[in-house]
Amino acid sequence: MTRGERAVAIAAPISIVLLWQLAVSTRFLNPGLFPPPSEIAANFIAYASSGELATNTAWTLGRLVVGCLIGGIPGTLIGLAMGMNRWVRAYFQPVVALLYPIPKIAILPLLYFIFGTGEQAKWAAVAVGVFFLMVINTEAGVRQIDPIYLDVARAYRIRPMSFYFRVLLPGALPNIYAGIKLSIGIAIVLAVASEFQLTRVGLGFAIFNAQQLLDVDRLYAALVAVSLLGCILTYGLDLTERWAIPWRRARK
Amino acid sequence: MASISVEHLTKRYPSGTLALSDVNLDVAEGEFVAVVGPSGCGKSTLMRIMAGLDTPTDGRIDTMAAASDAASTLPSAVVFQEQSLFPWMRVAQNVAFAFDSLGLPKAEVDRRVAKELALVGLTDFAHAYPHELSGGMKQRAAVARAFAVDPPVLYMDEPFGALDEQTRVGLANELMSLWDRTRKTVVFITHGIEEAVTLADRVIVLSAHPGTVKAIIPIEFPRPRDAVSLRGDPKFGEYVVRIWELLR
Repeated sequence: MTRGERAVAIAAPISIVLLWQLAVSTRFLNPGLFPPPSEIAANFIAYASSGELATNTAWTLGRLVVGCLIGGIPGTLIGLAMGMNRWVRAYFQPVVALLYPIPKIAILPLLYFIFGTGEQAKWAAVAVGVFFLMVINTEAGVRQIDPIYLDVARAYRIRPMSFYFRVLLPGALPNIYAGIKLSIGIAIVLAVASEFQLTRVGLGFAIFNAQQLLDVDRLYAALVAVSLLGCILTYGLDLTERWAIPWRRARK
Repeated sequence: MASISVEHLTKRYPSGTLALSDVNLDVAEGEFVAVVGPSGCGKSTLMRIMAGLDTPTDGRIDTMAAASDAASTLPSAVVFQEQSLFPWMRVAQNVAFAFDSLGLPKAEVDRRVAKELALVGLTDFAHAYPHELSGGMKQRAAVARAFAVDPPVLYMDEPFGALDEQTRVGLANELMSLWDRTRKTVVFITHGIEEAVTLADRVIVLSAHPGTVKAIIPIEFPRPRDAVSLRGDPKFGEYVVRIWELLR
C-alpha cells in the first residue's frame, strides 16, 4: 500500500460513520433502529468495560480457532494428496462436489443431534465450513505449481516426504493462504450462528439474546465486536503472510 | 564416469505424433556432446528420456557407469532451461536439496554446497532467495546444484537459452572450466549453433518431424577453449555454416 492508498483506507470507514451520524441527526434514519455511531461507540465502551463483551468474544474466538484447526489441518492434507495423486483426486472430487454446496448453516440442527449441546457441535460447525475451503484451495494450489519443479524433484530423486513438505506444501502455500483467509470469513459466520442456540456465552448468544430482549444497544455492541474480531484476524493474517511467504515479496 | 548408448529410440505421443524416430547415439565417457535441431525436433524429449523423466515408446538407453561409490551420488543430474530453483528455498538450500536422497552427513553436504557455490561465484548469495538473483546468477546456481552431487552424467536442457548473449558467452566459459575439472559426461541440448560449437566435442544435428539424427559433427578445437577468442578462428565460422546448411 502506498501512503495515499493507506490514507484512503483509513478515511473510508470514517466517512461512512460521519454520513451515518449525519443521516440520523437529520432524521433520515430512525435512531431507534440505527442509533447514531456516537451512541453505539459509547455503548460499546460501556459493555466492553463491564467485561461481558470480553468474555463473549473470548468464547467465540476459542470456538473459531478450535474449529479452524479441526477442519483446516485435515482439509489441507487431503487437498495436498488430491493435488498430487489422481486416484485420491478421483475419489474425493465427487464427494467434495456433493457435500460442499450444502449450506453449512443448514446442518447445524444435525450437528446438535450428533454432538449434543456441548462445545463439540460448535467446533464441528466451524470445522465443516473450513474443511471444504481448505481442501479446494490447497488442491488448486498444488495443481498450479509449475511442472518444472516436479521435474526437478524427479531428476534429483527427492524422497516422498521431502517432496510433500518441501515442494508441494510451499508451492501451494499462496493458495493455502487464500484458503485460510476465506476460511476466517466462513468460520466467523458459523461460530456466531452456532451460538444462537444451546449456549449462554459467545457473541452469537449476545446478538440472539439482545434480539429477544429488544435491546438494540447491546445488539450493536456485539455486532461491532464481531466486526472488529474479523477485521483483526484478517489483517493479522496479512501480516503473517509476509513472514510465511517471504519469496513472494518480489512479485508485488 | 559413464558412457551412454542410445539404440533405436522412438517416442510416439498418445496423440499419435511421432516425436523421435529411431534415434541412435553413443556418448563416450567424459565426452561433451551438444544436440541441436529446429524447434519441435524432439531434442528436449530426447534428453528427458535419457534423464529418466520420460519413457520411450521403443528402443533402449544403456548407461555404463563405474560401480564405485554409487551410493554417494546420483546417476545423473539435470540443469533445466527455465527458472528451476525453488523460489521458497534460499540458494544454498536449493543446492543442498539435490542431496536429499543420498543420506550424507549434513556437514559433508554443507561443505560440498559451499565449495560449489564458491566455484560459480555465488558465495555471497548463499542466503539469498532466487528472486533476488539475476537470470545469469540463477542459472549458475542451477549449474552448481547439478555439479554439487558430482554425478557421472550431466544433462543440460537449453540452460542458457533465456539469457542475453553476453551472459551466455560468460556462462559458457564458466561451464567449460567446471567441466575441465571434472570431465563428466555431458549431453547439452541447445538451439544455439554457436554455443554448441563452442562447448562440444561433437555436435549431434537432429532433423524434425520426426526427430532423428541427421549428422554428427566432431568439433576439433583443442581444450581448454575460450568462448570469445574461439569466434575469431576461421574454423569456427566453417562449423557454424556447416551446421546451418544441415538445418535448412
